[in-house]
Amino acid sequence: MTPDQWIAFFAGIVGGALRVGTPFLFVSLGECLTEKSGRINLGLEGVLVLSAMAAFGGAYLSGSAWVGVLAGALAGGLLAALHGALCSLKGVNDVATGIALMMLGTGLAFYLGKPLIQPQAPQIPAIALGLWSDSSAVRSALQVNMLLPLGLLLAVLMAWAFKRTRYGLLLRMAGDSAHAARALGYSVGVIRLVATTLGGMIAGLGGASLTLFYPGSWNEGISSGQGLIAVALVIFARWSPLRCIGAAALFGGAGAIGPALQSAGIGWGYHLFNTVPYVLTLLILVLTCRPGGVAQGSPGELASTR
Amino acid sequence: MRNTLNAIALPLLAIAAALGVFGVFVSLDGVSPVEVWVLLFKGAFGDWFSWQNTLQRAAPLMLTALCVAVPARAGLVVIGGEGALVLGGLACAVAAQSLPLPGGAVGIAVICAAGALAGALWVALAGWLRQYRGVNETISSLLLAYIALGLFKHLVEGPLRDPASLNKPSTYSLSDGLRIGGIGGSDVHWGLVLGVLACLGLAVWMRWTASGFSVRVVGGNPRAAQLVGLPASRLILIACALGGACAGLAGAVEVAAVHSNANVSLIAFYGYAGILVSFIARHNPVAIIPVAILFGGFGAAGSMLQRRLGLPDASVLVLQGIAFVLILASEALRHVDWKARFHQLSRNARTSAEPQPKEVKLS
Repeated sequence: MTPDQWIAFFAGIVGGALRVGTPFLFVSLGECLTEKSGRINLGLEGVLVLSAMAAFGGAYLSGSAWVGVLAGALAGGLLAALHGALCSLKGVNDVATGIALMMLGTGLAFYLGKPLIQPQAPQIPAIALGLWSDSSAVRSALQVNMLLPLGLLLAVLMAWAFKRTRYGLLLRMAGDSAHAARALGYSVGVIRLVATTLGGMIAGLGGASLTLFYPGSWNEGISSGQGLIAVALVIFARWSPLRCIGAAALFGGAGAIGPALQSAGIGWGYHLFNTVPYVLTLLILVLTCRPGGVAQGSPGELASTR
Repeated sequence: MRNTLNAIALPLLAIAAALGVFGVFVSLDGVSPVEVWVLLFKGAFGDWFSWQNTLQRAAPLMLTALCVAVPARAGLVVIGGEGALVLGGLACAVAAQSLPLPGGAVGIAVICAAGALAGALWVALAGWLRQYRGVNETISSLLLAYIALGLFKHLVEGPLRDPASLNKPSTYSLSDGLRIGGIGGSDVHWGLVLGVLACLGLAVWMRWTASGFSVRVVGGNPRAAQLVGLPASRLILIACALGGACAGLAGAVEVAAVHSNANVSLIAFYGYAGILVSFIARHNPVAIIPVAILFGGFGAAGSMLQRRLGLPDASVLVLQGIAFVLILASEALRHVDWKARFHQLSRNARTSAEPQPKEVKLS
């Protein structure tokens, strides 16, 4: 590769980590919040697709990107609330419910989003961090999504709340020992329902950043398993919101290898490089999990890691 | 007896309720729900043409549902059937291209076996990761499915591509001797028979053989299995491999009977719909047969909804999603003792109607 190609490649990776990493950050924060309360939400994939569609639709109909962001968060929260309500029924398994909601959310999004495939919607404005550079590749790579600072703030806020606030401690108690929470007179079901719903709303922001920033349009291939990768990301981040930031950046960068090579003029293995995030996830799971053991830092009530 | 009744009545009720909710959903779009229900029935089971279409879709659904059901009996939730299916289809096409195979039954058996082997290895990998590395099989099987799809697209568009396929990258087409034909000249191919046989065979295996029984013990009560010294890991790997072999076979059949080569049309979400079919059938291989036919029918009717009523092609996906949610919700009703509940209700009604005499008698 020539120096120019190298610059384009690295700019593509960094840009990808910022652009592709943003939705990863939101879904992993959403999943982290849900799992801290002792429940797993595999349906976040459905939440992500539905909220991506709702955000695009909201922005298109209202003419304002921020209304779209709000619509995405609401749609995500609604679908996640359905997950939370279903899981609180007796004898209903949260993994199976997640699969069902993945199907329902995707189906609803494709059905309602059919008329949205063609049009353009107003986009979330970008923050240009690359003005110092002459290279157009670097400049376009450092166009940062305005939701990204919000996500970073949210991660810090969540970490603080888990540690220092009454609600954060309650949430963690419901996740670590439902008996303890019940003994103190709190309803574990309500706590988990609220956590699942809030988690869905946060993931909905990730959906909004998919359709309203990058790639910036609605189509049926908008999400390719980011919602599921989030589950693995949270394990990788050991259920810490702050570590979710690094994990999201790493996965965003890994997912950007294929497109970055393409922008550097190398088309070979595009599909192969697109599988890098999944391979990476699998490798991380293999390295961090132990048979019969409990993953480090995992909430005690979580069924998937037991 | 009550359990059997529950096992049949609850899913039927849930599917009926799902059709009802779906009707309300489409009526929001200004489409008459009655028309949708009639079209769903006509498109699925209305005439011989629809039946052929339905049965053609039911065949891979049965096989991908087995990919969920068999590991589920061993206590695993495996949802990566789509990956095993596409790799099975690819292996089938590669075997047909690279081996000097005779046409007819022998050659077809070999390419189907190649597909089944690919699928078996892929899903067994998820089982191995769980047993020996402690990786959650639901997540790993799904990640493996995404990896399989990437591999499939890469190979079909790259090294294995037939240079003559211009618009739609495909592998080399199977020779005519290796194609699976229709039953009695219809569009329904012999893959349906394979699917039914696989369902019945696995049902017999789980019900009447020692190894099948052991698998169910491992899934039903891991502690008991450990106490009697069953080789749990080996049994789980066998269950995963059998399930994966079914999904791989589905891919091979789709290639040999429908597409004639491996291309992106193979990615038709049969793997995901199979999850739903297996859950509705409560992971019972025999029950999978009718459920797969029903959902094959909904799939067949989907294109009719699209053509006649202008509904989006995703409407079937919505129906499937609603059905899945309601099926799971109906689990909550499973353990309700209806008889006791009824008695309690009638007793309550009686006491509220004539509370006085009882009180008087007591005092």
